[in-house]
Amino acid sequence: MHLAYPAVLAALLFCTGLYGVLARRNAILVLMSVELMLNAVNLNLVAFDVWLRDTLHSGQALTLFTIAIAAAEIGIGLAIVLAVYRNRGSSDVDRLRDTAETDAAEALPDDESGTEDQATAAAGKAKKAEATA
Amino acid sequence: MTLAATAAHSAHSAYSVLAAQPANPAHSGFLSPTGIEIAFVLVGIATLGAALVTVTTKQLVHAALWLVVALGGLAVEYLLLTAEFIAWVQVLIYVGSVVVLLLFGLMLTKAPIGRSPDADSGNRWAALAVAAASAGALVWVVVDAFRTTWIGLDGPAQGSTEVTGSFLFRHWVLPFEALSVLLLAALVGAIVLSRKRGKEQS
Repeated sequence: MHLAYPAVLAALLFCTGLYGVLARRNAILVLMSVELMLNAVNLNLVAFDVWLRDTLHSGQALTLFTIAIAAAEIGIGLAIVLAVYRNRGSSDVDRLRDTAETDAAEALPDDESGTEDQATAAAGKAKKAEATA
Repeated sequence: MTLAATAAHSAHSAYSVLAAQPANPAHSGFLSPTGIEIAFVLVGIATLGAALVTVTTKQLVHAALWLVVALGGLAVEYLLLTAEFIAWVQVLIYVGSVVVLLLFGLMLTKAPIGRSPDADSGNRWAALAVAAASAGALVWVVVDAFRTTWIGLDGPAQGSTEVTGSFLFRHWVLPFEALSVLLLAALVGAIVLSRKRGKEQS
């Protein structure tokens, strides 16, 4: 098999995942795109391991390790997303701007919906004011 | 040595040196693909299409289900590359557990079932530009670098269960054990993160 086929497929899958990470708003969809990127890397590792035929089989061993680490990563990531959802009532990544340094964060409570969100945003503003004072 | 033999030898020099096997003339055609290459390309097109639907659909649950198609297609690609054990690990871990975890996450965050118009953020055109530019650069570099490189898929399978167990428990035992510690740490961390806040304060 020509090596370009799996390499090109892995590159295209990686860029598809890159588009998903940059363009998606829901945090769980971002995690799905990260999974696509990890799988593209896995395909590259397997293809180059089969091509090189080394005795250690580094590529396939690293692929197995990557799969296990991806499973751990998705568990931790979903736990973080659920904690954020429980505190904020939303899992949209572009609404989590409490640590933003720009002035756009100051005007953010206009498009927030819940009272808890406004309370946390106001607390964040107060903290920021204390920090800057 | 004839001219054709010289050309064939030079075309297969990288393959012959690294694979330490005689070059197979059946693999020498870029525009006359073998059966396994045709199967790889067809499954690859299906995988890429499923991945594109995953990152562009506006129905969140459908995105997770199309991710199953993409990951299963990748498992078939592993099988075509004779990495059998990794293919079945892919089916078990990704299709079996990761997608189920993602569906649970969608359910617990009360994701809308129907079409949600705000699934994409405002910077999707910038994201499309970045992804297209990186795809073009990567594909160009990869095709230019590996134009005369062939994978030898003949002979015994490179990733059968016997071979995988042999190299994993002969050369990679220590990273394997460290990985089990990491999985335990991730388990404890996920439990701690997903506990109720009230129990910590009481």
